Amino acid sequence: MANMSPKKNAIPEQEPTVRNKNFDEVALGYTVELALDEAARCLHCKNPACMTGCPVNVKIPDFIALICQQDFKGAYKKILEDSSLPAICGRVCPQEKQCESKCVRGIKGEPVGIGRLERFVADWTMQNADEMPEKVPSNGHRVAVIGSGPSGLACASDLAKLGYEVTVYEHFHKAGGVLAYGIPEFRLPKALVQKEIDKLAALGVNIVCDATVGKCLTIDELLSNDPDVGGYEAVFVGSGAGLPKFQKIPGLSYCGVFSANEFLTRINLMHAYDERYDTPLMPIHKVAVVGAGNVAMDAARCAKRLGADVTVVYRRGEEEIPARKEEYEHAKEEEINFHLLCNPVEVLADEKGWVRGLKCIQMELGEPDEKGRRKPIEVPGSEFEMECDSVIMALGTSPNPLLRKVTPDMEYNEKGGIVADENGVTTKPGVFAGGDAVTGSATVIKAMGAGKKAAAAIDKYIKSK
Amino acid sequence: MFKIVKKEQLSDNMYRVTFHAPLVARKAQPGQFLMFRVDEFGERMPITISYYDREAGDVTVIMQKVGSTTALLASMNEGDYVADVVGPLGNPAEFDDMHKVIVVGGGSGCAIAWPQAKEANARGCEVDIIAGFRSKNIVVLEDEMRACCRNLYMMTDDGTYGEKGFVTVKLKELLEQAKAEGKQYDHCICIGPLPMMKFVCEITKEYGVATMVDMNCIMIDGSGMCGGCRLTVDGKMKFTCVDGPEFDGHLVDFDEAIARSKIYEEQEQKVFQRRHHYCNLQAMADAEAANRKEEQ
Repeated sequence: MANMSPKKNAIPEQEPTVRNKNFDEVALGYTVELALDEAARCLHCKNPACMTGCPVNVKIPDFIALICQQDFKGAYKKILEDSSLPAICGRVCPQEKQCESKCVRGIKGEPVGIGRLERFVADWTMQNADEMPEKVPSNGHRVAVIGSGPSGLACASDLAKLGYEVTVYEHFHKAGGVLAYGIPEFRLPKALVQKEIDKLAALGVNIVCDATVGKCLTIDELLSNDPDVGGYEAVFVGSGAGLPKFQKIPGLSYCGVFSANEFLTRINLMHAYDERYDTPLMPIHKVAVVGAGNVAMDAARCAKRLGADVTVVYRRGEEEIPARKEEYEHAKEEEINFHLLCNPVEVLADEKGWVRGLKCIQMELGEPDEKGRRKPIEVPGSEFEMECDSVIMALGTSPNPLLRKVTPDMEYNEKGGIVADENGVTTKPGVFAGGDAVTGSATVIKAMGAGKKAAAAIDKYIKSK
Repeated sequence: MFKIVKKEQLSDNMYRVTFHAPLVARKAQPGQFLMFRVDEFGERMPITISYYDREAGDVTVIMQKVGSTTALLASMNEGDYVADVVGPLGNPAEFDDMHKVIVVGGGSGCAIAWPQAKEANARGCEVDIIAGFRSKNIVVLEDEMRACCRNLYMMTDDGTYGEKGFVTVKLKELLEQAKAEGKQYDHCICIGPLPMMKFVCEITKEYGVATMVDMNCIMIDGSGMCGGCRLTVDGKMKFTCVDGPEFDGHLVDFDEAIARSKIYEEQEQKVFQRRHHYCNLQAMADAEAANRKEEQ
């Protein structure tokens, strides 16, 4: 008998006023009891709409049925049939826009907490029944993967399971891409990311950090017969969208203006909040975060944890906030201020060039644009000054041009993204691509899905040669 | 992990360190830099590649002991390993259309200026070098510089070696002389502290000598990802790591770069004290022991 409660089980969390002072994970996860109670809310629809909302079509009713049978490991394995990173996706997927948005229980009441259940089975399995995967005998074919973010990890994992000898090249000193440098510890513990990397290594994937393809190596060299660096039959490019966008306003070079990428990398990858690490971070007391996407929420919540008074400045209204609802709610609970319908026009500084404020202008919403979002319009004469000592620009990112510069014989779109079809096939023979390097900044799950599709396409390509 | 295959002290505070880093060595070109991290807790530090040995897979940097990270590297020995070496990053220096070149190096900047002078010389340019140091005890690479130019002018601020005075004084003199002879330098390569580069550029601009400067900005990733190394060149935002590190000195906003270079001064002091606390105690103990020995 299904649990007909209209509300999903809340996930236990650290108290807002406690967690906004530490970097420990915010959500603590379902207990077995909560998971069973929540799983019982699934109606096991014959035509499960939830699956159509998932970018990788995880067999959601099937894994939830296994939870009901208390076969948590079985449920985990069921998810793994379609997803590579359940513990990660269960935490960072925008479920309310994907699977949960399609759940029939959401018509009258709240949808089943699919993301929370995914996270539960992944955590339960890791804690109670974890096993390292075993290396599959080599099929003698070699593939290179550029970038160790979600798409690269997924692609490498699937290929390794098919017997390919895979090498992953990563620019940073630590693998994980955005999972390592971008998403903060309190939302995605780095130990979890490391566990996924360790599993990849157990599968026999060779992860080479400190290797910037585009600088020390080129795609052509990887595909060549060069005895030192070549010998790969295919290359997957999952280099992400790493280039930060800055708003075109005066004062961006003053001390105290950061891109969200810089701020988050200093904190997440370089551990600036941890005294044992050398990475410096200037003292911040009053912070303005410009933008209201997930990255903006991450930056705002990190700044809060470092003791700052934080205000998010966003040019549209609450309805239009692009961040996951949960991230926005969490940020508000953590006493982060929101100054909506407000746009920066100039960064102000003292005589030494240090930020002292942000000059903004009030906005109002006009007619909907081509995407249906109402366009913000400046209210004449409504400029005002906000006091702050740092400004973090979180306005999105675009694909990094390093590879593009040395790979001119591949097609790119006008935004600098690599042109690839739905299977990741690019215009350059033997080269596949996926994730943000193709789409521009999107989500972890979409990138992972693209990596998996490309792995299948690479398998097909190499076998047909 | 990357092995330190060679390390030598060049002066009071200058060191030459060679890492075994084949991926960096195979593509390195003059003007490019690498980033290193001494250990798990270290920062990512950019430093120009002085020379490379593709066969051996080695890259060499010359650095001045200025902060915590460089002091840590200076305290390491041949056979030790650093956590990371990544590169080559940035664009190679350009030498096209160079014929008569004045190279101006200041302090540790000479370590970067010298390989560029060497490259310009190898390409058949007429090269003169002005090398400025604060004092005699930090003079480095004199022989190396002399070997790749027609004239080497050694300058010290306090007159303890070579001529007394700033590089700008000598530069003005040489530009004036070249102008009088009707054979002005066509290029200036200037590498040194930001204020020095600023003043050199003011002079070369006056004489219409195209000037390339090598910008060393604070950066984290070195691949265009953080934007921390941004600077304004000809009114446009540029990233030192992917657009540089070499820029047209007449177009760089030096005052802004100088302000930005000071962002972490205070924090770096703290890191230094934490990291080198023991070393300081050790130094005091050593000094005391030496005193006692002398007394005996």
